[in-house]
Amino acid sequence: MAFGPYFLLATLEGLVTAAVLALTALGLSLVFGVMRVVNVAHGEFFMLGAVLAWAVSTAFAGHPSIGFAAALLVAPLVVGGAALLSERLVLRRLNYDPEATIVATIGMLYIIQQLALTFYGADARPVQAPFNVRIQLPWFGYSGYKLFVIGAAIVLMLATWFVLTRTKVGLLMRATQYDSETAQAFGIPVDRVYAGVFALGAMLAAVAAVLIVPIQQAHYLMGRDPLLLSFIVVIIGGLGSLRGTVIAALLIGLSDGIISVFFSPTLAKMLATGLVAMVLVFRPQGLFGVPAR
Amino acid sequence: MAAVTPLIETRALSRHFGGLKAVEAVDFTLQPGEIRAIIGPNGAGKTTFVSLICGRIAPSSGSIALDGNDITRLPAHKRVLAGIAYTFQITSIFPKLTVYDNVALSVQRRLLKAGRVVAGELDAGVAQALARVGLADRAQTLAGNLAYGHQRLLEVAMGLALEPRLLILDEPTQGLSDGEIEGFIALVREIAKEATVLLIEHNMPVVMQLAQKITVMNFGRVLAEGSAEEIRANAAVQEAYLGTGRDG
Amino acid sequence: MSAVGSNTRVWALHLGVIALLLAANFVLPEYHRGVFSRVLVLATFAMGYNLLFGYTGLLSLGHAMFFAAGLYGAGLPVYHLGWSVPLSFGTGILAGGTLALVIGVLALRTTGVAFMIVTMMFAQVFYLTTLYFTTWTRGEEGLVLSQAMRTIDPAGLDISLSNPSTRYLIALTLFSAVLLLMLRLVRSPFGRTLVAIRENEERMRMLGYDVFRAKLTAVVLSGLFCASAGAAYGLLFGYVGSGFASIQYSILPLLWVLLGGAATTLGPLVGTLFMFYIIDYTSGFTTAYLLLVGVALILLILFFPKGLLGTVRERWLKWLP
Repeated sequence: MAFGPYFLLATLEGLVTAAVLALTALGLSLVFGVMRVVNVAHGEFFMLGAVLAWAVSTAFAGHPSIGFAAALLVAPLVVGGAALLSERLVLRRLNYDPEATIVATIGMLYIIQQLALTFYGADARPVQAPFNVRIQLPWFGYSGYKLFVIGAAIVLMLATWFVLTRTKVGLLMRATQYDSETAQAFGIPVDRVYAGVFALGAMLAAVAAVLIVPIQQAHYLMGRDPLLLSFIVVIIGGLGSLRGTVIAALLIGLSDGIISVFFSPTLAKMLATGLVAMVLVFRPQGLFGVPAR
Repeated sequence: MAAVTPLIETRALSRHFGGLKAVEAVDFTLQPGEIRAIIGPNGAGKTTFVSLICGRIAPSSGSIALDGNDITRLPAHKRVLAGIAYTFQITSIFPKLTVYDNVALSVQRRLLKAGRVVAGELDAGVAQALARVGLADRAQTLAGNLAYGHQRLLEVAMGLALEPRLLILDEPTQGLSDGEIEGFIALVREIAKEATVLLIEHNMPVVMQLAQKITVMNFGRVLAEGSAEEIRANAAVQEAYLGTGRDG
Repeated sequence: MSAVGSNTRVWALHLGVIALLLAANFVLPEYHRGVFSRVLVLATFAMGYNLLFGYTGLLSLGHAMFFAAGLYGAGLPVYHLGWSVPLSFGTGILAGGTLALVIGVLALRTTGVAFMIVTMMFAQVFYLTTLYFTTWTRGEEGLVLSQAMRTIDPAGLDISLSNPSTRYLIALTLFSAVLLLMLRLVRSPFGRTLVAIRENEERMRMLGYDVFRAKLTAVVLSGLFCASAGAAYGLLFGYVGSGFASIQYSILPLLWVLLGGAATTLGPLVGTLFMFYIIDYTSGFTTAYLLLVGVALILLILFFPKGLLGTVRERWLKWLP
């Protein structure tokens, strides 16, 4: 096969991976950046989003796009609600202590996973894409839905960026991230900002999951890889840096396809995890971050 | 050539934080047996300077010598073993451990250096250090439950129990009552019989009573150095520091 | 702390517990003796974890790799090379100690949350490695060590590790050895050093302690204890599989220690025993054992962070080590 078509296909597939990964990782990064909480259950919020997308879309008869649209609305809201609840009931009572919250979110991971297994089952189930258009590119036809995923992710990220940098809510978040004590002293409801950020983080993961289920199937263990990859992205991009997160997601997403051509998936994961651990050991500010002080 | 090798000698010692010159080209000598006070306005670089000596902070440039041996690159814990003890400006003890255990950590460090820790020697060492600061009857109290003044004394006891050659005290009387300060002055005189004392202090009467020599710092540099009388008479010091209406 | 009376009391308590466990070998019904054998080995794993998490204050999320290093370090030579049981027990411990040294040197450059994530990632690499070299490890399916492989015969005495009583007694010997070592360790100057590092690292540095070296020693000792448990587990129960290297086996010792009481010598035993029987009991009406682990973790960290023995010590028995 000629280089051109192969390259275009690998890039497109990589962009789809990167788009979903960037959304998921953005949620993790936001929660860590503002709250200093490492949410180990983040992958389970992703999984929950996918499972709910299946449940909602199968509940609607008629054209798949109706079910999909409903899922895109309902799944993130339900996941956000679940996140809000766990934030109120657990994380807040732990005073957001970094180590205690990790232990608690591990607990959440087990609970969500087990509930999904009990109520949804161990099968992988597909969700129908809302539309089925092939777009003719120079060498081949490509799924219109996949292009839509890339576009949707870009729009959502721009929206998040807009909220963070151009609105009052974003200002409150950034103030809290910068110095939560001073923010509190200036009358910022830090408490509510935290709750909102935790819910928003989970919702981003859920949206990413809804977007991906028509391509991948929903399964109760599907949260593992996104969690690991999000960790990798957030660490490479620099903990808490949004721009770094997006750049790293692109890098990982695009290289993902190429790496898996050369290595077995297990070896690829092994190398990637080991390398990222080394980044955290020797360059904790990430590859794109600036060292503190 | 000086008759005695200085205990501490720094040459052109500097530490910059970004653009801020916290300590800038300080040449400083401290003779064994001295009680020296470092004074200066807030932000003059006093704490940074003694932190460079004890190794908590690495210098940007310059050198530090102990007994004429260069220790500029020596890590902090090895400097402590070499005889430099530091007591923190903000009380730094082990609040969840007993007073006994707090001091035992110092004593066992000293005993480990010499060989092994024997329970009897450990007990004796702790008892002695606590007796010197007057906390002997509080040995089994949790350090966090001590009154503030007593926590400061515990901090000093931890420094003392190391049997250091140089004891650096960073604002030791801050927050103490007048009665406690008086006891503290007597304690430092007692300590000075065996160790050199380097003292950062804001309380002028304490400085005037204790220090044989005073170093004045301002904007990271040494502004003046001399006896209490000389410092009092120094015009530059008066302008930069004493004249600005500080009490004492 | 240094009082002679409390000293006797402490040793009496620990030797008493060991004596009780010895007596249990002769009175427990067969099923429960089997459970206890497993609990004793896994409690040894938990004790190793407790040294680092409870006493030194380093929360690792990757201790499965040390347990699994012992498991594979002992199991692979027995299975593939036909090595004897004592020799491979030794290689298992050695493997864990070496791994702990390397991981310690790297991971101790980080602190707090980064330490947790780094240890988790290294353990993940170890887990994936056991999957990748499936020719030797058979991955998730694992290796079954036959009864013949698990026989010690010093001077013609055939001791089979699959005999329930032998198995129990060997598990108890390992447990007792590590328990008494832990007791000596935490009451020694080094134990005091570790606790003080947990409480105020910067002050320890300024008291002349080489904090990095003390922490590294703690990581290696912890790795050795965990690996000894892993090696014993493989040899006693005859199974070596990737599952023991998975993240779950990094979380379980944390759970056991939290439940029993961090920084207590007997807490790991109490926590492991308790959790085993809770799961055993509830498995009658639910298979959702992960749910239980999750709920237990959250409830413990929220309402009971000192665990069972930690609370007992705080309220009643101040002398409990």
